[in-house]
Amino acid sequence: MGDILLAPPLTDETVERLKAGDRVFISGDIYTARDTAHKRLVELLVRGEPLPFPLNGQIIYYTGPTPAPPGKPIGSCGPTTSSRMDAYTPRLLQEGLKLTIGKGARSPEVITALKQYCAVYCAAIGGAGALIAKCVKKAEVIAYGDLGPEAVMRLTVDRMPVIVINDVYGNDLYRQVIAAAAP
Amino acid sequence: MKTIDCSVITEQVARLCIEANIHLGDDVCAALKYARDRETSVQGREMLRLLLDNAAVAREESLPLCQDTGFAVVFVELGNEVWITGGSLIEAINRGVRQGYTEGYLRCSICDPLTRKNTGDNTPAVVHIELVPGDTLKITVAPKGGGSENMSRIAMLNPSQGRQGIEDFVVASVREAGANPCPPVIVGVGIGGTFEEAALLAKKALLRPVGTANSDPELACMEHELFAAINRLGIGPQGLGGDTTCLAVHILKHPCHIASLPVAVNINCHAHRHKEIIL
Repeated sequence: MGDILLAPPLTDETVERLKAGDRVFISGDIYTARDTAHKRLVELLVRGEPLPFPLNGQIIYYTGPTPAPPGKPIGSCGPTTSSRMDAYTPRLLQEGLKLTIGKGARSPEVITALKQYCAVYCAAIGGAGALIAKCVKKAEVIAYGDLGPEAVMRLTVDRMPVIVINDVYGNDLYRQVIAAAAP
Repeated sequence: MKTIDCSVITEQVARLCIEANIHLGDDVCAALKYARDRETSVQGREMLRLLLDNAAVAREESLPLCQDTGFAVVFVELGNEVWITGGSLIEAINRGVRQGYTEGYLRCSICDPLTRKNTGDNTPAVVHIELVPGDTLKITVAPKGGGSENMSRIAMLNPSQGRQGIEDFVVASVREAGANPCPPVIVGVGIGGTFEEAALLAKKALLRPVGTANSDPELACMEHELFAAINRLGIGPQGLGGDTTCLAVHILKHPCHIASLPVAVNINCHAHRHKEIIL
């Protein structure tokens, strides 16, 4: 099987082709957001105010990088635990967010919302922040600079590897591997 | 009596913070290689290979292994014949953490629990001081990531639940954690003591080098059983399936009340970081 390459903005047709267990490489611009940034984004949506970046067809990566050392675009930048964003994710998917990247399992509400809004959840390699940093060509804070490591950044990535955990068909790779191991 | 100046402590703590975050210990590297060579899942083997690559890239490029450079947890063994000059030990440690995290381009991840406002320099550290005989000062810096720390569990078991109850609780804690704490993990277990002592033992248990045996034969036997039971869960590296859910199980125990059986589980990720110095 050849490599699956993705470049945002993503369409429903592209997302529908992805299956739990697929290895995917992402190139292009993606956005970082963690706990507090998610809280602020959803508060803006509730108040009907514009967001600092477009969500339609886009990718959010749950990470809070280490500061960029001299001569590098970014520091270490592996994924953080996704479940902390579960409370906010369905609302963002409703706005057209197509793919989220983190680590660890999602809530039943998020898995249902992925099906409803045609989106997928992928995992990056947890604790491999130095390796993932090599895929980041450019990083720029675009919102919430006051949050320090939790600021929203636009990352330009080249062949960033991720694995599809939850697809639009309700499959869950984490559940599949546990079920396969059950005696 | 030996005299140690606070400036020396600050300088060493700063260095240990940086080193711990960039250089994965030889014990963990060896355990990852051992697991990679025996892992039967293709995906699992690939993940273990990538984690070893990550450790190599971190070392070559002086980048932190993980973006979560952790809470600075500092264990101190202070000899009763040591006299600390030039200020307070805790302040000296916090200055070292501040210096290490800012000069080392490490992420500052500590915030007020309610306002969530970042303290900006990764202080205050959590410091555990033990008074010991002698004229040396041992400092261990163990940066602890939030993802694995969040998967910690404690239970005040009924003594009738016994050894089986302890083992069931430990395995259930790792099962529930799933992919969240970045498996393969190192599982620290504290048995006995009081509520807070069990938790501290679980964290302290993590400091033992991976691949070394427990000096208590009964605990060594429990560690073997738990290691096998956890790796039968099939969670595997990164939760993507395989035989390597944990690299090691480390247990410490302490006598407890006749009415109690406290058990604490503190999980650490594969970026199992700790560096120490004896002054």
